[in-house]
Amino acid sequence: MSATIIVGVDGSEAGNRALAYAKRLATLIGSECKLELVCVVEWSPYTFQTPEENSHRKKQKQIETQNAQERVIDPALAALKEAGIAASGVVKFGKASSILNNIAVEHNAEQIVVARSTEQGLSARVFGSVTANLVMSANVPVTVVS
Amino acid sequence: MLKRPYFLFTSLISLLLLTVSSSVQAEESSGGIDAMVNEIFGHATGWFVSLIFAPFPGTSFPWIVLWLVTGASIFTLYFGFLQFRGVGHSIALVKGDYSDPNDAGEVSHFQALATALSGTVGLGNIAGVAVAVSIGGPGATFWMILAGLMGMASKFTECTLGVKYRNEYKDGSVSGGPMYYISKGFKERGIPGGRFLAGLFAVFCILGSLGGGNMFQANQAHAQLTQVIGNYPGWITGVIFAALVFIVIVGGIKSIARVTDKIVPFMGILYVGSAIVILIVNADKIGWAFSQIFAGAFTGLGVAGGMVGALIQGFKRAAFSNEAGVGSAAIAHSAVQTNEPVTEGFVSLLEPFIDTVVICTMTALVIIITGQLLQNPETGMYILNEAGTAIKTADGSSGVALTSAAFASAFSWFPILLAVAVILFAFSTMLSWSYYGLKAWTYLFGEGKRAELTFKTLFCVFVIIGAAANLGPVIDFSDAAIFAMAVANIIGLYFLMPIVKKELTSYQKRLKSGEIVKYKDRKKAKKA
Repeated sequence: MSATIIVGVDGSEAGNRALAYAKRLATLIGSECKLELVCVVEWSPYTFQTPEENSHRKKQKQIETQNAQERVIDPALAALKEAGIAASGVVKFGKASSILNNIAVEHNAEQIVVARSTEQGLSARVFGSVTANLVMSANVPVTVVS
Repeated sequence: MLKRPYFLFTSLISLLLLTVSSSVQAEESSGGIDAMVNEIFGHATGWFVSLIFAPFPGTSFPWIVLWLVTGASIFTLYFGFLQFRGVGHSIALVKGDYSDPNDAGEVSHFQALATALSGTVGLGNIAGVAVAVSIGGPGATFWMILAGLMGMASKFTECTLGVKYRNEYKDGSVSGGPMYYISKGFKERGIPGGRFLAGLFAVFCILGSLGGGNMFQANQAHAQLTQVIGNYPGWITGVIFAALVFIVIVGGIKSIARVTDKIVPFMGILYVGSAIVILIVNADKIGWAFSQIFAGAFTGLGVAGGMVGALIQGFKRAAFSNEAGVGSAAIAHSAVQTNEPVTEGFVSLLEPFIDTVVICTMTALVIIITGQLLQNPETGMYILNEAGTAIKTADGSSGVALTSAAFASAFSWFPILLAVAVILFAFSTMLSWSYYGLKAWTYLFGEGKRAELTFKTLFCVFVIIGAAANLGPVIDFSDAAIFAMAVANIIGLYFLMPIVKKELTSYQKRLKSGEIVKYKDRKKAKKA
């Protein structure tokens, strides 16, 4: 039986901590473990935009996807491959907590690994941080790396 | 390909700039720049206004109003009153019930609707309604609501086509609108004249963007500013506005546009919220206000032109406010992420409803309920001004000043809030229309930095003219330019509506058979 672990990455120091922990887990589990790296670009379908922004949105999405792929996913996958760990990666747009959970459910994952970031300020207080939201709503076990 | 017309247009701009600068030089001897601009502008556009608003021989009924009403009625019948049957589905689409969150990141239905609404909700809802009820009486409100409801079918038709025939370029950018669906759709159906009609629409769209989408906005923003600050020359407002618009559309300072676009929806909510509070406080008068609206709709209650006068004003201002049948919304909606063009048609249905049936009606009710329109207490008829053209108002104001006075009677601080709202609405509408005009311009003259800069500069010059001219000539030209767009667009829609019907039938069939289901149902089915 194979085990899939979903890892939230974003190229930040916190994302790297999550990746390092997931890598250790995968090494302990062995060759049956697969890591699924997910980089979420925060995006809400309920924001207000100008007509010009709308007309270039598709192009903008392509640029943002490519940037995330090249700067976050590809280097992480290369490092995992070197360590002999099976992994794949994906760039998604939306609310990080629900995207990570959706992918975990889709892949029948064993758990989600994320790192506690240093989210502060009013929005984190009012709406909660990504990790807090994920812990509250996830359908699979969540490991929060400090 | 189109170098000659481009040369003609640039020559026209040079001529215009020359006229304006010579007006400035002659200012001392003629009593101000405003008067000069007004006179020149009135003379230059009079023929165009007369042509568009020419009445049927022997009547005072402008043919263009009947044109719009007929179009909206035909679309309503042709699609079987879809605007009443499809509202639930429209709301589900806007909520994102049918969208897969895993495909997110492009323009959602909500965003397309919000963007289109920011181009339509604005001065038409504040100043336009005041013009309608002061000239056509409370009865104009009834016809405005009716036009709003029927206009939903026109919006559905044009926005479905806007998405179906949009141009998606290799770099990922999107262009759509009547000029594209008329030329491509006519070609597909083997109907000749598509390119000519599309070109005609583009020309009218440029005029509309300079008129209703620009001059009217600048004019009314200035009117509102003088209400708060005191009287000063309009060209000063014009120059400041033109500079700001220039910074955004030419300088590419997107942060100003972004801030405006974030604040405008809140201003809209604040405006509607204030209107609701006034209506709640005066709840006992709402019944009376509706009786005035119904009585006025069929008798006129003493307004110039009677029932027909009320009807013309109601239809005119509704069309000017929600732009149904005009074709502008099709440009705004075409960037949405969907594989089903008809879904955006459903979403666009909500636009005239929110704009006209809800917001315009609120403004009209506040003006009526707060007693701004003077009435003879004995006869119940409205008292007309000396010229006999409009109803006498409590403080003699008209346009946006009338709406401001109506709200100020309940909240003394409201004129300041309204001044800010009007300026922001005007600014965001200008930015939207600068985009619509630009799309029409590039359709005619091709994409390119030089062509774009020419249009953007022309757009800014018209901001100054709009702020400096009087309300009368500006409102006439704005109306005429917007309605002229509807001439070409509705002809196109008549020829292309069978394509929309085919799309709609196929979509509804798949919806009924369960092929198209809500995302959560799709997820459930997958699990099972």
